[in-house]
Amino acid sequence: MYEGVVQNLIDELGRLPGIGPKSAQRIAFHLLAADPADVKRLSSALTEVKERVRFCSVCGNVAEDEECRVCRDPRRDLAIICVVEEPKDVVAIEKTREFRGRYHVLGGAISPIEGIGPDDLRVRELMTRLADGQVTELILATDPNLEGEATATYLARLVKPLGLRVTRLASGLPVGGDLEYADEVTLGRAFEGRRLLDV
Amino acid sequence: MKLYRDEGIVLRTQKLGEADRIISLLTRRNGRVRAVAKGVRRTKSRFGARLEPFTHVDLQIHIGRSLDVIGQAETIRPYGEALGGDYPRYTAGTAMLETAERLTAVEKEPSLRQFLLLVGGLRTLGDGSHDPRLVLDAFLLRSLAVAGYAPALTECARCGDPGSHRTFAIPSGGLVCANCRPTGVATPAHETIGLMIALLRGDWEVADTSEHRHRQECSGLVAKYLQWHLEHSLRSLRLVERA
Repeated sequence: MYEGVVQNLIDELGRLPGIGPKSAQRIAFHLLAADPADVKRLSSALTEVKERVRFCSVCGNVAEDEECRVCRDPRRDLAIICVVEEPKDVVAIEKTREFRGRYHVLGGAISPIEGIGPDDLRVRELMTRLADGQVTELILATDPNLEGEATATYLARLVKPLGLRVTRLASGLPVGGDLEYADEVTLGRAFEGRRLLDV
Repeated sequence: MKLYRDEGIVLRTQKLGEADRIISLLTRRNGRVRAVAKGVRRTKSRFGARLEPFTHVDLQIHIGRSLDVIGQAETIRPYGEALGGDYPRYTAGTAMLETAERLTAVEKEPSLRQFLLLVGGLRTLGDGSHDPRLVLDAFLLRSLAVAGYAPALTECARCGDPGSHRTFAIPSGGLVCANCRPTGVATPAHETIGLMIALLRGDWEVADTSEHRHRQECSGLVAKYLQWHLEHSLRSLRLVERA
């Protein structure tokens, strides 16, 4: 046990994910030895993130203003919406540079066993966005696990009367892996979604 | 390191650390087991979709200090494939998994009958031959019977007087006769009781031809009866959807 403030810092750091008591102690002593300007920068970054970051009023992504960077961008295609579970997924898709439409962040997936139903997600907000008829394609990019599949099925059924083009991201073999290690479900999906190789 | 081999159904998964998951399984020989699947959330994980809920897997497990660790997993049958694409069946299946988990309260206590019932239930749900809600109710009634809580449907739950009584008293454990009848209990339709008996016995001919209103009444009673005995509400039951 250390003097009050040092122990406080160790306890607070120890509450972060993946940080055990030993790592917390190491980080605390690193901060004690560090340049005061560096520590100041870290502390202001922490306060600022809590003060300034909120959720985009359109898509639910993390944003600094009323709307997020993607929703504010006039070059984005308004006719396509890509539905994802978490803001982290937006970043992952943005990195591919393949998608030029806008997003809708659900805030999770339907998981009855955890007590999470459609009403606990931003499904109603999605339906409001689709109501004006501007959107022509809905891409369902929920996680490729059971909860994500069930959520995609639920949404596809819900928007069916609107007559949109509803697509789901492909599932299959990861690039750079060995075929023999693929599980039956993934390999089966890869067969289902095979494409014509026209050379 | 000590190893054991078993087969089981994945009941629930829970995120752990950066890329791991704790997998809760109902196994054939070891009852309910919680084991860590390392790196399963990475796209290049060798487990892939094998440890998703509803999957029947063959496993090799290392005995760990606090939690066991899954070494290898091979799919026996991926029941989740058929369920993920059908919302009513998915929600009914999830309620089955949650019930199986709740009824096997003690870890590593063998419960072969519960395991076989779950495999059978998922298989029936997956082949789509019956209304998912009926499959769920049949599973719930039989799970309760396996756990020792079978409702009395052909005699009075209190005095044992045989015959088809009209009143269903949940705290008493099923149908009760006119003499034993407590106040404020449900009087379901005669056909609803018939449906419950059919579901408990696996008489699908009777169950499949039942009317919608009796199915609804039966589901309501089964849900209340289950929650009374579990002393807990089932989270997934609220979200089960009718086909």
